[in-house]
Amino acid sequence: MSDSSSGIPRDPRRRKAMQDMTRFGGGAAVAATMLTGFGVSSRARPAQTLRPPGALPEKDFLAACVRCGLCVRDCPYDTLKLADWADGPAVGTPFYVARNVPCEMCDTIPCVKACPTGALQHALTDIAKAKMGVAVITSRETCLNLQGLRCDVCYRVCPAIDKAITLEVSHNARTTKHAIFEPVVHAEYCTGCGKCEKSCVLTDSAIKVLPIEVAALKQDEHYRRGWEEKTKAGGALVDAPLKLPVRRPEGGTP
Amino acid sequence: MTANVRPYVEARAQKGLWAASRFLVLRRASQLVFLALFLSGPLLGVWIAKGTLASSMTLGTLPLTDPFVFLQSLAARHWPEGLSAIGAAIVLAVYLLFGGRTYCSWVCPINPATDLAAWLRRRLNITFTAKIRPDLRLYFVGAVLAASALSGSIAWELINPVTALHRALVFGLWFGAGGTAAIFVFDLLVAKHGWCGHLCPVGAFYGQIGKVALLRVTADNRAACNDCMDCFAVCPEPHVISPALRGERSGATPVITAGDCTVCGACIDVCSKQVFHLGLRGRNAVRPDPSMTAPSPAARVVSSQPAVLERDLP
Repeated sequence: MSDSSSGIPRDPRRRKAMQDMTRFGGGAAVAATMLTGFGVSSRARPAQTLRPPGALPEKDFLAACVRCGLCVRDCPYDTLKLADWADGPAVGTPFYVARNVPCEMCDTIPCVKACPTGALQHALTDIAKAKMGVAVITSRETCLNLQGLRCDVCYRVCPAIDKAITLEVSHNARTTKHAIFEPVVHAEYCTGCGKCEKSCVLTDSAIKVLPIEVAALKQDEHYRRGWEEKTKAGGALVDAPLKLPVRRPEGGTP
Repeated sequence: MTANVRPYVEARAQKGLWAASRFLVLRRASQLVFLALFLSGPLLGVWIAKGTLASSMTLGTLPLTDPFVFLQSLAARHWPEGLSAIGAAIVLAVYLLFGGRTYCSWVCPINPATDLAAWLRRRLNITFTAKIRPDLRLYFVGAVLAASALSGSIAWELINPVTALHRALVFGLWFGAGGTAAIFVFDLLVAKHGWCGHLCPVGAFYGQIGKVALLRVTADNRAACNDCMDCFAVCPEPHVISPALRGERSGATPVITAGDCTVCGACIDVCSKQVFHLGLRGRNAVRPDPSMTAPSPAARVVSSQPAVLERDLP
């Protein structure tokens, strides 16, 4: 910071300016670091808070959402809320809790149309293709259908009944003479609207909508399914049954 | 600087109550109108402006977006889809015409709280103030944009007390008003004009627009100044006054060119000699205002006019 060793005469104003730049620059760097940390940590949100239809993945969403609340204003069912400091999601961003008010899946998707930034992607025009989350039977131990009773409520209320939730019949080993009608979610058709979670008759819902990133629906690239690869290739990928060498202990008999 | 504890007394006596509080009344009206536009929907069911100050839609046709929020979004590498780019351009254009930090004094919902803190400071004669340089906030603007780029999120909106208060008022998210309460205490007890004048990056951003904005306050009648210092006592950014008011000898423009000026008009209200008026950038002539009706030291204005005109007219 000092220029006393050089031949240039000291200019106190320059010296002051350099000092200010260092001090303020340092302060700004600290502020930027803290704000960056806060920005990154704000990506975490409680699993029960869901984003509106068409929302970008959480990281991109936080770069795009300006926290204006226009989607909230245009939601006709008061499903969407803006996050207050204590709600969990980044403050000012829109979310809904399915157990409180699920998404009614409007045909016209007014929330997406209202978004001025594309944080809710305008490419989403068919609400059935929305992926707000995916329903998961989180409590097999308490789900009434899985105990062999006929509740079926989650299945009945599903807007994509028989596609997003089906009832799979299996043998009831406890009574030995009845069937179990297990509700099974098919993520391909589930929009994450949360009607099932909302209407579960239990005190704590046995079926919950989880954000896609929590439910982890992406198949790893390196796993290849032989039967799919076979169809793709139009035939078996290995020529003939493999002839394996016979290994047995020395002098042993078959 | 000898700050007057009751700076408006003389102006009221000389100009009357209305002329001495015109801009204050207009500003409060403006702040209320901007709030009412957003509140008429949720309260009365009459939707005029939807959204918040970050981004809004008025009467279903006029999109407006805060350009500073928009800039952070760009820094976070989101390419906008929809109306936010148009909205940000409109807001930018409006503030290029109407003075940059006019946002701070005529629109921002926090302004009444910081004004109240400044008023209480004068009334209670609180003279202690932490020394913070006004240009620190420019570094904060840089810090906010850097944080947006590094975290990939609109960083300032995570803590911005301005939009938090607006959301509190318009959406009923009351936690958001806590930041304003903290700012009030900070401004009252820690630093004079501490938040708006030294720290807020939103104001600093609009101040950059203000550096080139058209609408300005001008000390075009500076020859009438009697050095009472009342304007310095009420100005939220006192450093912007001197170059214009005291520029007579150096021939500097009477227009307050500094971007920090919020065009709040407090100096216009408080001046019993009617030194200040609204003016335009580039109008550097020193002239007596023809609409001046209050009993003014007319002789002095006239006598000083030629001497000033020689220097300042092109």
